[in-house]
Amino acid sequence: MKNKYLLTIFIIFFTFCFIILFKGLKNPNTYQPEFNQNRVLSDFTSTEFFSDEKIKLSTIVTDEKYYLINIWASWCIPCRKEHKFLIKLQKQEKIKLIGINYKDKFKNAKNFLNDFENPYQIIFKDKNGIVSIELGAYGVPETFLINKNLQIIKKIIGPINPKTYNEIIEIIK
Amino acid sequence: MNFFKYILIILFFFFSSISISSEKNINLELKIFKNLRCLICQGQSIYDSQSDFAESMKLVVRQKLELGMSENEIYSFLEDQYGEWILYDPKFNNKTYFLWILPFLMFLFGALLILRKLGVFKK
Repeated sequence: MKNKYLLTIFIIFFTFCFIILFKGLKNPNTYQPEFNQNRVLSDFTSTEFFSDEKIKLSTIVTDEKYYLINIWASWCIPCRKEHKFLIKLQKQEKIKLIGINYKDKFKNAKNFLNDFENPYQIIFKDKNGIVSIELGAYGVPETFLINKNLQIIKKIIGPINPKTYNEIIEIIK
Repeated sequence: MNFFKYILIILFFFFSSISISSEKNINLELKIFKNLRCLICQGQSIYDSQSDFAESMKLVVRQKLELGMSENEIYSFLEDQYGEWILYDPKFNNKTYFLWILPFLMFLFGALLILRKLGVFKK
């Protein structure tokens, strides 16, 4: 009687563990951050790429427009792939592009812009990656679509692709 | 002569207090590094990792400490940016209560088993 009781407990326990682990197997093992719709980007001050002047983000984000903050670097290969989408977005009226040059050498970054065209209205330097961390970014490339209240409307981790490009166009229409 | 003695004693306490406080800061810094997950690495804290992400994160933590932010303020700032996953110590909420309570339940269960074996419940 006692053995039966123990056996039932063991079976229930193992079934419980099996179900949980089996469910876990089906979960994707790459971390997908939760996107908080209401998150407001933390304001930052950094040096401007060409003039070396200290500029605060909130002093540029003032119009009734959308702003696309794109983190890029000349050494980042996926950044080259997404560049054509940035050039196309730059032609849109309702959006301004802000670049954040991540852990890059000035000369290389400048050559990159000369070779592929500069789509950004303004570029900030992020020599040691602090600005990107303050923004909540993981690395390069990464893009935030924000409004004038610095509220994040869309966050794209990795390069912009045709799908995410269309989503941005849909939002800013 | 006495005057120099006093000066030496004062200097000794002054510098030892500086070194103690800086050691405290370093310990706190390391504690925070160990409790922050490197989100682009596999199973490493930012203390263990030398990835770009971890290195920048260390700089941010150091900067925040210099600004006078407390440990919890730094955690909540980073939690706002990256979500709760960035913290190794999960908070007690409706998603994690089972995780926190389970060890206590198992401990109670074990204690009950031992007490039963010892015959405490026998009349």
